Amino acid sequence: MASDQKVLEVNDLNVHYFTPRGAVIAANAVNLYVKEGEIVGLVGESGCGKTTVAMSILQMVSAPGRIVGGEIKIEGQNIVNLPEKELRKIRWRKLALIPQGAMNSLNPVIKIREQMEDGITAHEKVRGVALRDKVFKLLNDVGLPERVYNMFPHELSGGMKQRVCIAMAVALNPVIIIADEPTSALDVVVQRVVAQTLLDVKTRLGVSMIMIGHDMGLQAQMVDRVAVMYAGNLVEVGPVGSIFEHPYHPYTRLLIDAIPSTKQKKSLKVTEGLTHDLRNPPRGCCFQFRCPFVRDACREKPPAFKQMAPDHFVACVQY
Amino acid sequence: MGGLTRSYFIQRVLMFFLTIWIGVTLTFVIPRLSGSDPTTAMLLTMMNQRGYVENADKIIESYKTSFGLNDPLPIQYIRYLGHVVRFDYGFSFARFPTAAWDMVTPALPWTLILLSVAAVLSFLIGVTVGSLMGWRKTPRWLQSILPISLTFTSIPYFMFGILLISIIAFKLHWLPATGGYSRSVDPGWNLPFIKDVLLHAVLPLISIVLTSMGGWALGMRGLMIGVNNEDYFLLAQAKGLSPARVFFRYGIRNAILPALTAFALGIGSLIGGSILVEFIFAYPGTGYTLYRAIQEQDYTVIQTITNLIIIITAAGVLILDLLYPLIDPRITYKRNVAS
Repeated sequence: MASDQKVLEVNDLNVHYFTPRGAVIAANAVNLYVKEGEIVGLVGESGCGKTTVAMSILQMVSAPGRIVGGEIKIEGQNIVNLPEKELRKIRWRKLALIPQGAMNSLNPVIKIREQMEDGITAHEKVRGVALRDKVFKLLNDVGLPERVYNMFPHELSGGMKQRVCIAMAVALNPVIIIADEPTSALDVVVQRVVAQTLLDVKTRLGVSMIMIGHDMGLQAQMVDRVAVMYAGNLVEVGPVGSIFEHPYHPYTRLLIDAIPSTKQKKSLKVTEGLTHDLRNPPRGCCFQFRCPFVRDACREKPPAFKQMAPDHFVACVQY
Repeated sequence: MGGLTRSYFIQRVLMFFLTIWIGVTLTFVIPRLSGSDPTTAMLLTMMNQRGYVENADKIIESYKTSFGLNDPLPIQYIRYLGHVVRFDYGFSFARFPTAAWDMVTPALPWTLILLSVAAVLSFLIGVTVGSLMGWRKTPRWLQSILPISLTFTSIPYFMFGILLISIIAFKLHWLPATGGYSRSVDPGWNLPFIKDVLLHAVLPLISIVLTSMGGWALGMRGLMIGVNNEDYFLLAQAKGLSPARVFFRYGIRNAILPALTAFALGIGSLIGGSILVEFIFAYPGTGYTLYRAIQEQDYTVIQTITNLIIIITAAGVLILDLLYPLIDPRITYKRNVAS
């Protein structure tokens, strides 16, 4: 299904947050690509830079953050530092977002219809009945009744709101959708429904997606490739099967071990040590302070990516 | 959803009357708790003026009888409620033959017009300035200029009024300094009079607007900054909507709600007036009347004005209550919202 055409390329992305006490390096030389029709999962713990990468792709890094280096290409066009006007044409038409907070991502005082319609009319000349029918169809596609059209966000449940967001995101058939933890604010049952909706939409439209999350279990079921981030660095990228079967990076292993299992009772492994201060990264590997297999070589220079299996890369000196 | 139900309407209207009743009762009770007796106070003023008053006791007694102060409290109270309903509080204590209501009515239009224009203007300007200050996409040059407009906020408005009078009225002779209109024009619906009234209103208006818009601006700035970080605001940007649409529909639209509440609550204070401003500009409004009534211990006039403030505040809240669900659909009139 996935062709080899790269619809999104992130090359050498560096994002810094400039604070009075030094620059926080939130993304350090991140390289990532998404092929047509592919879902790439971006995982890592809170504060590791997943959302920063997502916001960079959307060109919405908020002050004091700034993209200090690298390029982001959508269908070959670099959008870093593109003027606001040009950017607006790309937004939503090529690049859509399913936001993180299902509860707050819709404006509470505006009807669903208007919020769905303004994204469409800002880019396409659809009006009147055609516009209404389009919104009806979008709602139907995510399994929502048409009466949602005239409702306000507070009249919907969390899962319904998130499905509205999915319907909004696919309205213009974008090239790529950034889904920022699309299920994290929902309970487990609703998570399933929303994840299923997302998959249905994806299969039908063949849209590419970056799915951000820290739930490895959910990622395992949804994505084609996984990219693991730690402290602003990508540490391992590979096809989902390969990664779960054979995680190479110690951090990836910890993440996978953290998935609860009903078959065996295991104690939750809490990694020793804290993440280093992101303003002041250590020389060498970013994971050295928490790595159980740390050795002298780790402290010298950052490990380069090595290919371990087809399409499966890891940055660790062990290999 | 969010339609006005009859029970909600009735409930709000009952609340309106209840508020007024409580407020009005308080204005009845509080002066009677103070222990000072207005008639004695009047006599003391008389004595101060004339040195000696014969038959002071008798005068006090006759005053008390004519004002009904000798009756038992419940009777006074019921009579007082009758006054409230009829908007007639009897005679002015200080200017005896004049009715209290007649002391207030001539001042009402002056204050109402001046202050409502001032309130609306300072709200509109303040909200605009504040929203622009709080919006991330506001051009840099604008963002650096806007705070200058707030410098006036730190000047007390009466000081600012005096400053305006001395510079614009006395030094430059651009505008009249005090009063509501000149003696040279005939009050009435004629053009010279209206023009004159407008010219007289400019300085008080400026001093109120410039000094009070800063409060709105600072509040609105904070609210807008809060909205800037809301997920729906970010999503609106990600949708590639025009900046103007994001600013108005997803920014101001949401940020203004608390400010509107504050505005509605402030409606009542319009009658109380900007006492100091009216005093400095010798503006013939209710604020000035209230000031004089307090000085003269003119209880009936004070009561007339305070009760007006109470009624108008309650009316403002009632109107807000009835309008709010139109502005903020999350507030429903229905008790049990089906979801």
